[in-house]
Amino acid sequence: MAAPSSSDQPLHRALGLTDAELEDIIAVLGREPNALELALYGVMWSEHCSYKSSRIHLKRLPTTGDKVLVGPGENAGVIDAGDGIAVAIRIESHNHPSAIEPYQGAATGVGGILRDIFTMGARPLAVMDPLFFGTPDDARQRWLIEGVVSGISGYGNSVGVPTIGGELTFDPCYQTNPLVNVLCVGALPVERLVLGIASGTGNLAVLLGSSTGRDGIGGVSVLASAGFEGEDGAASLDESKRPATQVGDPYEEKRLIEACLALLDEKLVVGIQDLGGGGLACGTSELAARGRVGMDVDVDAIPRREPGMEPWEVMTSESQERMLAIVTPESLPTVIELCSRWEVAATVIGEVTEPDYDDAGEPVGMLRLRSGGEVVGEVPAASLADEAPLYERPLLEPANRDARSAADPSETIEGIDLEAALLSLLLDPIPVYRQYDHQLFLNTVIGPGADAALLRLAGPGLPASTRGMSLSTDSNPRWGSLDPRAATAATVAEGVGNLACTGATPVAVVNCLNFGNPEHPEVMWQLSESIDGMGDACRALGLPVIGGNVSLYNESGGSDIDPTAVIGTLGLLDELVVRPPSVGWGDGETVLLIGADDAGLLGGSRLAVEVLGNRDGRLFDLDLAEFSQAATLVASMVAEHAAGRPGLLGAVHDVGSGGLAVALAEMAIKGGVGATVSTGVSTAGLFSERPGRFLVTSTDPEAVAAQAEVAGVPCRVLGRTGGDVLSLDGQLSVTVSALAERSANALENALDAAG
Amino acid sequence: MTASIGVVVFPGTNCEHDAVAAVDALGGHGRLIFHTDTSLGDVDGLILPGGFAHGDYLRPGAIARFSPIMDAVRGFAESGGPVVGICNGFQVLCEAHLLPGALQKNRGLTFLCQPSVLEVVSTASVLTSGATVGDRLDVPINHFSGSYTCDIDTLRTLTESDRIVLRYADNPNGSIDAIAGISNEAGNVVGLMPHPERAVSALLGSEDGAVLLRSFLDAAASASVA
Repeated sequence: MAAPSSSDQPLHRALGLTDAELEDIIAVLGREPNALELALYGVMWSEHCSYKSSRIHLKRLPTTGDKVLVGPGENAGVIDAGDGIAVAIRIESHNHPSAIEPYQGAATGVGGILRDIFTMGARPLAVMDPLFFGTPDDARQRWLIEGVVSGISGYGNSVGVPTIGGELTFDPCYQTNPLVNVLCVGALPVERLVLGIASGTGNLAVLLGSSTGRDGIGGVSVLASAGFEGEDGAASLDESKRPATQVGDPYEEKRLIEACLALLDEKLVVGIQDLGGGGLACGTSELAARGRVGMDVDVDAIPRREPGMEPWEVMTSESQERMLAIVTPESLPTVIELCSRWEVAATVIGEVTEPDYDDAGEPVGMLRLRSGGEVVGEVPAASLADEAPLYERPLLEPANRDARSAADPSETIEGIDLEAALLSLLLDPIPVYRQYDHQLFLNTVIGPGADAALLRLAGPGLPASTRGMSLSTDSNPRWGSLDPRAATAATVAEGVGNLACTGATPVAVVNCLNFGNPEHPEVMWQLSESIDGMGDACRALGLPVIGGNVSLYNESGGSDIDPTAVIGTLGLLDELVVRPPSVGWGDGETVLLIGADDAGLLGGSRLAVEVLGNRDGRLFDLDLAEFSQAATLVASMVAEHAAGRPGLLGAVHDVGSGGLAVALAEMAIKGGVGATVSTGVSTAGLFSERPGRFLVTSTDPEAVAAQAEVAGVPCRVLGRTGGDVLSLDGQLSVTVSALAERSANALENALDAAG
Repeated sequence: MTASIGVVVFPGTNCEHDAVAAVDALGGHGRLIFHTDTSLGDVDGLILPGGFAHGDYLRPGAIARFSPIMDAVRGFAESGGPVVGICNGFQVLCEAHLLPGALQKNRGLTFLCQPSVLEVVSTASVLTSGATVGDRLDVPINHFSGSYTCDIDTLRTLTESDRIVLRYADNPNGSIDAIAGISNEAGNVVGLMPHPERAVSALLGSEDGAVLLRSFLDAAASASVA
């Protein structure tokens, strides 16, 4: 049969398998695999599907907690949110497809993660998109940015799931390898929770949704699990990989969501799995492996978009908008009828079979593929899904770490133009976020552009509740480049701090670890350190890690991206009936700083990197216990407002990237009011970024200070709002209108300059 | 009495649950009607909600107008029943020729989800009867193809017969004459691009859409009595 091949290398290498992996496959089967079987292993043993480089490190993360209903390893993590409602959450990357075909790459990233959520029985309620691009000073970046944003907008809006936030980061390390991550959260009545498990010999495997085409073949192996080799690291790179990206149809997905949720409501499916990366090879083998059963698949029964497709193409195609459901023969007619109401195709393509038993008496479910009346492939399902080799790749601390941390950028801050520096750090991402529907389902209390998004915990088909949920995505490659362990710990804290500003108590995190080539020992060291930093912080803050995604090979022209650990943090509010205070302050309020001052180090700060042009330094020290006290205090004060009880605060804002100066400017811009502030910190301290500091305003500052004292959290008055000028320490005076104008126009100016 | 409101669901519609929730919150009773149905059942008013009926393929509303339910919608409208099309529903009503004109892509050629300020221009419609001319309402928009256009004779007719119902204060999408919503000649069929159902809760930021939907529910309730 025809199979992917290249004249100058053996088939297994063309499929992304090493010689040693081929030996492993021969040992599993007790014979040479045929080309179809090899294609299955090529997909399932890819880095993207098997986590073979990262799995031994991920084991070190804490994953359990009181509220955890489903932890890592399933399609999504699930939390018990109270009132009979469960919340499902997942984050993924779609980096390489977006680098090659930005609109479809980003669009299918959204589509894929929605399926992971409704696979669990949850209706997808919100999406967030952390995006990372190179500096927008060339035409290719503009093409990438516009393509990715319109892909998210075009797919997300049309499929009917609001996009409530995310991040927008520009850094030269992403110049040829942008990152497109996507987080989705959904909710379900607790009793509707379903898992991707096949069971019941004789039950049917029913393919729902789109027909299968040649798009996306080898997406996970050829595309996601290798770097870009383009020598010029630019537009010409790897155009030949474009056919490995998928094409999305949000209208098909919308109908698929409605049909699947209706099937689950009617309890018509035994198990269900989405078909994304790895296609049917992944879906059939994972369903069977989790249920420890076999599955027979009639490849000829799978509806195709075009004639002449070989079985290996059908089984590894990543055509979008498909689900694989396990149903009993008795319920099949009802399933087909319900799907036809939503104009969703439903085709029986196989059935669940009894497992074989090995010498030790253990069940071995076989995945058998039939075509033309013959068995064309036969492999143990678990060998595809769970038994990829695990690699303990060498780790190496970068040799230049000591040199890079020898001097802090704050030493060179003397004489900078503070006003110009502050203005240059202001950027309102609204021109991006207004392209996303962020209000559908009438849940969005705080949408994009604030510290964290805040939603009502409500949706079609859910039990009534007045609870709220809050979400933040955070990352910091500038910190990560200096110290991936401390940086990732601080990023977890940053997420918790953002949630505190909406009054939410954090309950779980998910992570998307975007790193370079794992065959580079320095990259593996970064990954290992980053995972340990996440584990440290999550243990200290009592947070389980309930899901994650690892995206490796983010490199081009031999250069790895800076470590980019994206942390998604989910929090809950017991009562959300009144809009809590927001970032914008009012006139005549006292400005207070809650939380201990930092040491004024600028290593990894935006000021150092973007203004001083200095990427070196030492990252701040973060005391997680002290941080937690401050965040808990702020959350409790904001939660009073949200519950409709009398509160003390006029405005609240986390001190994040850009430090105190940027946070104060943002409060002035959003409030449309100036302030006179004496921070009492050094010039560098105006821009240092250690989490654990919160700016609040109040008309009763004594009461705020008293609460802080009871909580044992430092709190001091910085100044007072009023007038139309923001004045900092007598060093810097800028009109609010100048701040607002710069912030509002920064993104469009940057993009226009690229045109 | 409680007005019973049918909310029409095409495949790809996505604001149907929000429309029902808003109707229910304001004292009405919302009920979904599927596009393959041929009868409306017992309803006092109809909402064609927002979304992307049939994926907006070909043109927003172009396929939905041929849905089996549309004959019943037309009959209800022509017999004077209150009908409001919101966003994609407005596009469907234009494609079905229950309202004149068309919705083009926004000026600027991007999707826009943002707050907008509407000015009440006419109270001679089922959607604005309870408002006051000159009222300024904070009601969000959420669309790619929301730029209203029509020929000059139609614009003159709309203006002279008081059928321009709502205008944008800042015309974010480049609509002709800043038109945000219009009605038919009898005032019982209204289309608007902004989303009043997204503005009925202080928790979510605005309650200004309530005056519009209350007018509509009142019209439906009295149509029911009549």
